[in-house]
Amino acid sequence: MQDLLFVLLILTGFVFLGSGRMQFGIRTVALQGILLGLIPLLGNLQDLWARLTALAVLSLAIKGMVLPYFLTRAMHKSKALHEDNPFVGFTASMVVGIICLGGSFWIASRLPFIDSSQPKMAVAVSLFIVLVGFFVIISRRKALSQVLGYLVMENGVYIFGVAFAVDVPWLVELGVLLDVFVAVFVMGIVIFHISKSFDHIDTDQLSSLTG
Amino acid sequence: MILILLCLAICTVAGIGAWLTRRSPKLTSALGQGGAVSGAALGMVGAISVMASGIPEGLRCSWSVPFGSCSIELDALSAFFLLPVFLLTGLAAVYGARYLSQPKYASRLGSHWLFFNLLSASMVVVIVARNAILFLMAWEIMALASFFLVTLEHERESVQRAGWIYLISTHLGTAVLFFFFILLGSKSGSLDFDSFQSAGEVIGPQATLLFILALIGFGTKAGIVPVHVWLPEAHPAAPSHISALMSGVMIKTGIYGIVRTLIWLDNPSVEWALTLIGIGGVSGVLGVLLALAQHDLKRLLAYHSVENIGIIFLGLGVGVLGQATGTPILTVLGYGGGLLHVLNHSIFKALLFLGAGNVLHGAHTLNLENTGGLLKRMPWTGTMFLVGAVAICGLPPLNGFVSEFMIYAGAFHAVQSLDAFAAIPSILAILALALIGGLAVACFTKAFGIIFLGQPRSQHASEAHESAAAMRWPMVVLAALCVLIGILAPLSPVMLRPVILQVAPLAALLVSDSMAQIQTTLAVIVGVMLLCALLAALLLWRRRTKLTGRARADAVTWDCGYAAPTARMQYTAASFAQPILRLVAGIVRLPKRFTQPKGYFPSAGSFSTETPDVVEREAWAPAFRIVERVLMRFRWIQTGSIHLYILYMAITLIVLLIWKLW
Repeated sequence: MQDLLFVLLILTGFVFLGSGRMQFGIRTVALQGILLGLIPLLGNLQDLWARLTALAVLSLAIKGMVLPYFLTRAMHKSKALHEDNPFVGFTASMVVGIICLGGSFWIASRLPFIDSSQPKMAVAVSLFIVLVGFFVIISRRKALSQVLGYLVMENGVYIFGVAFAVDVPWLVELGVLLDVFVAVFVMGIVIFHISKSFDHIDTDQLSSLTG
Repeated sequence: MILILLCLAICTVAGIGAWLTRRSPKLTSALGQGGAVSGAALGMVGAISVMASGIPEGLRCSWSVPFGSCSIELDALSAFFLLPVFLLTGLAAVYGARYLSQPKYASRLGSHWLFFNLLSASMVVVIVARNAILFLMAWEIMALASFFLVTLEHERESVQRAGWIYLISTHLGTAVLFFFFILLGSKSGSLDFDSFQSAGEVIGPQATLLFILALIGFGTKAGIVPVHVWLPEAHPAAPSHISALMSGVMIKTGIYGIVRTLIWLDNPSVEWALTLIGIGGVSGVLGVLLALAQHDLKRLLAYHSVENIGIIFLGLGVGVLGQATGTPILTVLGYGGGLLHVLNHSIFKALLFLGAGNVLHGAHTLNLENTGGLLKRMPWTGTMFLVGAVAICGLPPLNGFVSEFMIYAGAFHAVQSLDAFAAIPSILAILALALIGGLAVACFTKAFGIIFLGQPRSQHASEAHESAAAMRWPMVVLAALCVLIGILAPLSPVMLRPVILQVAPLAALLVSDSMAQIQTTLAVIVGVMLLCALLAALLLWRRRTKLTGRARADAVTWDCGYAAPTARMQYTAASFAQPILRLVAGIVRLPKRFTQPKGYFPSAGSFSTETPDVVEREAWAPAFRIVERVLMRFRWIQTGSIHLYILYMAITLIVLLIWKLW
């Protein structure tokens, strides 16, 4: 069951890489958030079930509903409906994604684990998601795409945390949720200001600021 | 210890308070000045009590910073270096509050007092810190606070240039210090100073490398040649009381660092002594020669700081020579003289800088060629400046003489008692000291004579006025201390004893023995000097009684039998220094601009000299040009695209990950 989730997560990663429409990208990230929220519930719940359920609900609510809502609003406000002209095309992005996937599995196989029973699959997937987020930040022009890339990166970190720190979930979760909150907050301000003063939100235009 | 902590708290709170109340110049000035003065007074009591009892007090708490611990300690060495810090912080605050009371500074008082208090607090932390992380943090705060103080008048282009030069050189020095502490810490296993103390034998052959790193890192702050270039830029740019504070005590934290390093790296060699004496000699001679060539009073004083740091290095070098050859009396006299000169220099250099501030305030110029005749117009400032000038020249019976005499005595003792090779450094030290002393007298004869004697050379100088009481009394206190330390010279070894015992591992009895010898000599000299002073007073009194009731006439100074003398016929600063500077034209090259008068009735002619820093022009400027040329080739990395910057980071992280896992 968990493996199925991981496969779905990998698929969302590829869908995200190949999506040019903002709305579609936001929905993919939301779907990814929902899938993430389910991961802790599928493990052995034991006596922590109340906590884990609360956590899952919270995560579902924030990542699946609140953030997408705000992002959609930002999208309409800044009129950035489509990633027009990325540095790396969507097909090429998919190829890079495949390389990232292979690399992540290789890295996961080389990482020295403290406990061999830890799921290597989770590590590989988390690395892949982080790399996808990173790549999107690097290769897309619109600030909104970069916010999405950042969120995807955070999702990757979250998977890593869930896979390894089931015993102390609160710390990891709260940390991650706080990170996401701050990130969106900051990015929101950035988007708002860029669109205000430059009339568009292409971050590569910031290069006119170099000395 | 509790007093020191209280002092730190007061300074910090007062500084922030002064910044918060910056809208009201009166309040912010009162808060900043009050905090600095009361903090300094409390700290002074704490430092003196530790000096008197000789028992170190410490405090240690854990700290969440990696490798850091919040451990501080007040031992004899720290207490000794804290004395001038507290003395000058208090006096500079009193002076500065009045100095900055002009309306043009009103909007900047808040930040000035914030950084002033931060500077004094950080200097205290630098001296009491016992952990490398804490030390470096305080060191950095000290550098930044002083940078903001130097750039108080940041709209002037010369001030901006000075600020950048200072900022760059201080950070280059700090970078070397990072390397130094990391290397030392990796050897001893911890960044606490206690562990360095016992690391002596673990370090082994790398001790010399550490010594050189310390010399560069701490030497940049102290201002030794060739890393002195920031001093003559920063001091003229800064307000006078800040120059006094920086030149008086901040550069001494560099000396403090070197002395601490010498304690950690025990078993020094004769080569180290030769290095210290070589640096000291070059700094001293070049410093005083360049000072002689200056036409700006504060630049002149800044070069004298380089010179005096050189003298301190000579003293430390003689001390190290004593340690290396196992001659206790050398150790005692060398370290004793060097450390006493730290205290002395901070007193008379601050006195001279405050005097320069009064000259600027009263005559609106620091260019020697535009001054003259100020002694009649500013009698207080002139007299106090004279005391400082005599003290800095190392003439008896003032304090500068005492410390230089101890270094001389140590060096002469080395010549008599050591074998030929080991005696070379001490011979060099004697030669350098003698040369420095003579040139310093020439330089201050020029400075005092041109500024305070003769006729005013400009309108401003003839309209000069004496400064307010708050700008005179700090000078009087410092001048009194110059005299007091000079007269109480036979007692100075008593004060230095615990400090020397801490610097060099010697038996207490041995130190006392070595000191007894110098004490009697000093007592005789002071006695003779007091007799001379008495005689002079008697003659003056006699002159006065003889002259009463007789006809007296006032005449123009520099009359020289001319029918219509003008002030422009006087010796200028450049012409006064020219005969000496011609002898060293190979070292101190002075570009001249000379328009010869032409014809039988010449209408115009002009002559002027420039005084560039020889080290800056011949060494640093070409070096930085090469660095710039090399670095410009990497300019393409800075594209300005955020995407590429993130790509750089991603590539770095992934390469590191793969590299570790391969």
